[in-house]
Amino acid sequence: MSIHQTSFVLSVEDLTVSFDGFKAVDGLTFYVEPNECRVMIGPNGAGKTTVLDLICGRTRATGGSVRFKDQELLTMREDQIVLAGVGRKFQTPSVYEDLSVFENLELSFPRGHGVFGSLFFRRDAEVKDRIQEIAETIFLADLLDEKAAFLSHGQKQWLEIGMLLIQDPELLMLDEPVAGMSVAERKKTAELLNRIIDHRSVIVIEHDMGFVEDIATRVTVLHQGKTLSEGKMDKVKNDPKVIEVYLGH
Amino acid sequence: MQIDRKTRFLTREEAIYFGLLAAVIFLILPLALDSFRLNLFGKYLTYAFVAIGLVLCWGAGGILSLGQGVFFGLGGYAMAMFLKLEASTPEATAIQSTPGIPDFMDWNQITALPWWWEPFNSLAFSLIAVVIVPVAFAFIIGVAMFRRRVGGVYFAIITQAIAAILTILIIGQQGFTGGVNGITDLRTLKGWDIRTDEAKEILYFVNAVLLFACLFAAQYVRRSKLGRLLIAMRDQEDRVRFSGYDVASFKIFVFCLGAAFAGIGGAMFTLQVGFMSPTLVGIVPSIEMVIFAAVGGRLSILGAVYGTLLVNWAKTTLSESFPELWLLGLGALFIAVVMFFPNGLAGLWSEQVMPRLRKLFAGRGAGARPPAAPVPANSASAPDSPAAKAAAE
Ligand SMILES: Nc1ncnc2c1ncn2[C@@H]1O[C@H](COP(=O)(O)OP(=O)(O)OP(=O)(O)O)[C@@H](O)[C@H]1O
Ligand SMILES: [Mg+2]
Repeated sequence: MSIHQTSFVLSVEDLTVSFDGFKAVDGLTFYVEPNECRVMIGPNGAGKTTVLDLICGRTRATGGSVRFKDQELLTMREDQIVLAGVGRKFQTPSVYEDLSVFENLELSFPRGHGVFGSLFFRRDAEVKDRIQEIAETIFLADLLDEKAAFLSHGQKQWLEIGMLLIQDPELLMLDEPVAGMSVAERKKTAELLNRIIDHRSVIVIEHDMGFVEDIATRVTVLHQGKTLSEGKMDKVKNDPKVIEVYLGH
Repeated sequence: MQIDRKTRFLTREEAIYFGLLAAVIFLILPLALDSFRLNLFGKYLTYAFVAIGLVLCWGAGGILSLGQGVFFGLGGYAMAMFLKLEASTPEATAIQSTPGIPDFMDWNQITALPWWWEPFNSLAFSLIAVVIVPVAFAFIIGVAMFRRRVGGVYFAIITQAIAAILTILIIGQQGFTGGVNGITDLRTLKGWDIRTDEAKEILYFVNAVLLFACLFAAQYVRRSKLGRLLIAMRDQEDRVRFSGYDVASFKIFVFCLGAAFAGIGGAMFTLQVGFMSPTLVGIVPSIEMVIFAAVGGRLSILGAVYGTLLVNWAKTTLSESFPELWLLGLGALFIAVVMFFPNGLAGLWSEQVMPRLRKLFAGRGAGARPPAAPVPANSASAPDSPAAKAAAE
């Protein structure tokens, strides 16, 4: 392998998945550099969520390869992919409603992930300090003892982002992090994301173009499982194909 | 501060409840009951081991097994095999065509002890087998099911099928297992006659101590991070998986733990009742055990013990007078619990009774204070207390 290739954090090559003959992702290739914030846009059903599902092992690919640093992710189990440094936020906020905010964050703390590790896990000062720190970052420091079920939609999104941050992943994948948020929450989230993306690689799926312009290093436009256009925001925005299928309406 | 309190092994309230149950089991029942009835309650308590395991698997982890009788039976049979061999000395079985082997083998024209019966001549081996055999079996089932992501109703049905298969196997292999009668006529444990009233009383207390050991183990698991992970898995299995946990291994663990508890319960059943038979292994007892846990409250390990005692006491009382009606009544009870009291007796207690008691005492204690003001969800005072829970709902 060339030096050039290993400098990417993530190399997705010829990635394909077919659901009963329907190719939701079709020969997709893209590379993510260290500290890059890649935004994926595209019409509904373009295959954006499926791409994240393939990278994190939730859906098994039919073909192609996904290399994270030096590891092939396609043959790894989901939890191994996470422990290798890939964090994933789901499109609908997924938090543990019956547990407190503190406990939600604690379960993502990167220690004691085996059966016996978690049986004998100690909630020591390191854990508490780290949770406090993260809670402040995600605007939930006052709500640590609140049951997650009682949080607002936006707060649940932040909590899930916090659960990823505490893992400190090298590659962070966020599926529509501002969807369903109020204008005020959106602004706070953009500020939050800007703060957390600068020392790691990020893949974000988002429809909000204002938001995309604000955070993107580069943009990939997906259409019917294929790359329609890729590059800097200005370039993509003015691409006639993109205007036709996505930005036009 | 409050965060610390929640990882403590027992909160003050829980310590009181544990103390109350200990008083019931160690003092009130032995003092109030004659030796026959006490032995009966001792038998009921052996099912409570299974119910505690179900609280962990089903209540906390969302894994409903309808085949816990299998593990109860395996533990019970392991104990019974040892006791049977001890009862089958060549002198005691001199009238058989092959003396020195269990009577049912002789009746089935078997002329030598099967090789897999041999190790059960050793008490140490048998005691280990009481736990290890159910755990190993649960491990195999767990790996086969949970690694393939079989869960929910499918898992419940498969465990039920396993219970049915094991029953058929035991009944069919009469010569090796005692068949439909089971292994009966058990007499002594290392020469100590287990049939006397005195022995039964001692066994009741041994059983009670073991039950509390299992309760404490279960409490430890619930208080650990693993306990919180089980709750998290029940709600958002994918989120747990994508937080870097191998979900299947946690399910396998808790399923094996439930099997270990059930095995101990089964062995204590054999010792106290004096036999083990396929009627305790199959589908009906397995479902009954789920009902014990449901009635007591599938989220509460102590509730499961009370539920077991209550349902069994009702069963004995009612089926003496209306034997045909009992199964119907049990079914109706289960439906009623599921529909109206999903958290069972423990839920009734913490959601209905306790808030009212609190109100009563708060009203008396401080006249000026508004009685039982709703606890703000974020207040520093015990948000996991029943009162706060009720207020939040
Ligand atoms: N497991 C599956 N089985 C069958 N079809 C699937 C599966 N997962 C996704 N699809 C299909 O693949 C296509 C792409 O779906 P995907 O969720 O990736 O779109 P998306 O770009 O994330 O859309 P949105 O913007 O609405 O979130 C859709 O047509 C969807 O119906
Ligand atoms: Mg999507």
